[in-house]
Amino acid sequence: MATKQQTEQTFPTLGVKLKPFQLRSDKNPDWCPGCGDFGIVNAIQQAVSELQLQPWKVEFFAGIGCSGKSAQYLQAYGIHTLHGRVLPYALGAKIANPNNVVIATGGDGDGYGIGAGHFIHAGRRNVDITYIVFDNEVYGLTKGQASPTLEVGMQPKSLALPHISQAINPLALAIASGYTFVARSYAFDAKHLKQTIMDAINHRGVSLVDVHQPCPTYNDLHPKEYYTETVNSGQSELPRLQYLEETGYNGFVEDATDLEAYQAKKIAAIAEAYKLTDRVVLGTYWKVSLPTYADRLETNIPLLREYAPMDVPFHDDNMIANTDLSSACEEFVV
Amino acid sequence: MSRITETSWMIGGPQGSGVDSSATLFARAMAVAGFWVYGKREYHSNIKGKHSYFQIRASHDVVRSHIDPIHMLATFEDSTAVIHAHEIMPEGALIYDPGLTKPEVLEMDASVKLFPLDYEGIIRELAEEEGKPAAKLAIVKNTISVAASLALYGVGVDVLEEALKGLFHGKKSKLVGINLKAGIKAYEAIKAIAHAQDFKYQMQEQPNKPDAESRLLMNGAAACGIGKLKAGMRFQTYYSITPAVDECIYLEQHSEYGIVVYQAEDEIASINMANGAAVTGARVATATSGPGFCLKAEGIGWAGMNEVPTVIFNYMRGGPSTGLPTRSEQGDLLFAVNIGHGDFPKIVLSPGDMEECFEDGFNCFNFAERYQTPVIVLVDKALANSTQSIKKFADQGLRVDRGKRVTKVDSYDPADPSTGLPKFPRFQITEDGISPRPIPGTPGGIHFLTGDEHTEYGFITEEPAIRMQMMEKRARKLVTAANEIPEHLQFKMYGPENADLTIIGWGSTKGAVLDALDRFKEQGKSVNYLHIRLMSPFPVDAITRILNKAKQRLIIESNFTNQLAKLIRQETGIDIEHKAVKYTGRPFSQCEILEAVKEVQEKQSRKVVLINGH
Repeated sequence: MATKQQTEQTFPTLGVKLKPFQLRSDKNPDWCPGCGDFGIVNAIQQAVSELQLQPWKVEFFAGIGCSGKSAQYLQAYGIHTLHGRVLPYALGAKIANPNNVVIATGGDGDGYGIGAGHFIHAGRRNVDITYIVFDNEVYGLTKGQASPTLEVGMQPKSLALPHISQAINPLALAIASGYTFVARSYAFDAKHLKQTIMDAINHRGVSLVDVHQPCPTYNDLHPKEYYTETVNSGQSELPRLQYLEETGYNGFVEDATDLEAYQAKKIAAIAEAYKLTDRVVLGTYWKVSLPTYADRLETNIPLLREYAPMDVPFHDDNMIANTDLSSACEEFVV
Repeated sequence: MSRITETSWMIGGPQGSGVDSSATLFARAMAVAGFWVYGKREYHSNIKGKHSYFQIRASHDVVRSHIDPIHMLATFEDSTAVIHAHEIMPEGALIYDPGLTKPEVLEMDASVKLFPLDYEGIIRELAEEEGKPAAKLAIVKNTISVAASLALYGVGVDVLEEALKGLFHGKKSKLVGINLKAGIKAYEAIKAIAHAQDFKYQMQEQPNKPDAESRLLMNGAAACGIGKLKAGMRFQTYYSITPAVDECIYLEQHSEYGIVVYQAEDEIASINMANGAAVTGARVATATSGPGFCLKAEGIGWAGMNEVPTVIFNYMRGGPSTGLPTRSEQGDLLFAVNIGHGDFPKIVLSPGDMEECFEDGFNCFNFAERYQTPVIVLVDKALANSTQSIKKFADQGLRVDRGKRVTKVDSYDPADPSTGLPKFPRFQITEDGISPRPIPGTPGGIHFLTGDEHTEYGFITEEPAIRMQMMEKRARKLVTAANEIPEHLQFKMYGPENADLTIIGWGSTKGAVLDALDRFKEQGKSVNYLHIRLMSPFPVDAITRILNKAKQRLIIESNFTNQLAKLIRQETGIDIEHKAVKYTGRPFSQCEILEAVKEVQEKQSRKVVLINGH
């Protein structure tokens, strides 16, 4: 079981670092100029390149909406799914074949709105996938309605009236739901985003990267300038973006078996996610090493230590089904 | 005294009181005694307290359905006798607790023989012998009912012992002893009743006992699960719903096969997880029932659009909405063949008996992978929850067909990683409509899937010409399937070739109809049966030919609107002139088939509505 304690992944690597352009499909993105989606997909391509993943081992799932199209732009098995359902697809794929690297993407409306049920339950399972949410507070592709991350009282130009529902806090919700890696990044902070995505892919277990991004067409409250302008702290002007390391906060759990410390740390992480600030704080809020769904499956079903579920042998070389049914039929023999 | 070769037995009681295990014990005992057995289970959507019952028919010959009258009613509380005593046939038997049931107030035939059984006395005696509190032994009431029934039928106590050993195996085997002791006391109690030996319906010993090793006492849900295991399915998703859970629970108990049974957070997750796993190359299914099936519609459409081999089992219960959650209906047929918005091919199968459950459980994956489209299997609750003794499944030599699945692309050179990168024409236009399907993980197989209309490589497009090509390509697969799927898996004729009357049916009504055919043969009536198994692609030509040749036609279905009749009319233009329906949520009995035929032949009834069963 020693390997089960390991925090990080080991993938078979390509042996060479592909140029990011080699990881672009020959379909051109049709997002609006200035859209944060460009930055995020670019960072994903950089991360896959940097990690030297074999692109054909990558299953790249996306939901529906502007972000959903990203599945068409990475040179990997790209699967554009249904609105809100990207996580079930990704989980099904990873459980069937744990040897592939599974990355799921989707918008804030997709993941925290129509897909909210799946979002919560994905945390409970801890299937080893990476979920990257393109968070711009609006439903872009249907022309700018409020998403679940839009704060109450806000009125981007696309809304007829001020927003009167409260926003959810995706980081806190993820931590409470059982995600084992929870981070926030920003679409145009290329370096931080690439590194965060790499950390998320390397993490064994389910990881969430909530990526703030501007929607230049519908969200005039948080344009690109919002992220680059400074914030007046009372004494001095500070950059809008802040990194968690700078604050002295550390959300890494060293030993998850120390339950008391673990619980305290979890509460602290949620508190950190709720901290009131004018700045946008990027970084990994929560990281813990727990047995993955596959680890737990192996405990229940020893045969899965040897085979992926989709690779359990069931026929001979002549394609004749050769599963022995005697134990399945035992209770019925009379 | 003459003995009978076939009997109908019933036990009932509040849910949670052990009715199911009593019936299983009785069915096992009758099977051990060499009889063929069929059992039907009726229960409420309730955990404890409401009335449930189990009816078992045992015979020297194969039986596939129930009959309405019963020879013997076994009870251990008072409600069952009140509800069912009128169903006991003349000179049949009522076993009851005289402390609880007063036979004089029951509505039943005056000739019914009474067999009072002092349950409390037997349990008290047993408790004293064992030195245990009587309250702890209350559950042996079930065994007492069964043992008394066996005693009356003239079936030996050795049979009870073997049946108990079969029921309580492994960790539970310590229960055999106490139950057997209780059973022996029940045998003695029956023997002490003078008129027991004159009981008219004692069973004649089976002269040609079938070889025990070659028989199974099977239920439909498990038969489907066993077919799926044989097919190599090692991943099933579901969300808890009656009656689909039965198959899922059964499969989860068989982790030795390496099968993952995943209880998802909802129905939508379970269909879409199955899609994700199917894309990845697994043989995967999701199981559900009516309300859940509705929620899966969008996911099934995605599988159709992306040509993904997802299998969906829909266990049909009474609808609409929550409907009759624990009862049976054939009400989802038209929904299944039309499920999802837009036009896409789907294959819809419906098994009619245990063997067909196994066959379809196996074949659905071959069809899904060969035709790269969702396969829906419709199973009546009546079939899923019924018990039948059958010959062991013919599971040797079954061929696995994975279709145009690609796990190696020739142009890939491991020395040059970039040869693994080019995109692959996953949705290549082909004559049969089926395109090569690389599995993620395969170098050189990279492609894109999307629920949007797409090009050969899977890129989103709205080009009219490509749209047309893709629609036509997907539709062609169903034509290919219609031409390739063997005829015996599409439909089957039973009975004489040129009959005066042709019955048409599907799903679980097959059992009652086949049993009725045996009776018609004895009566010299000329009736045959067309059993339809493949609902999409519908076997248009063959069914048209058969129906045009039929002299008189009667369609039998467990739904309100005659959904198969509508489908036949839509596909063939033929309007079947006589219809028999039942929509109480209870399955057809053999008697009701005889009744429907009589109505049609004697009164030329256009529509017969059957109502039997509590």
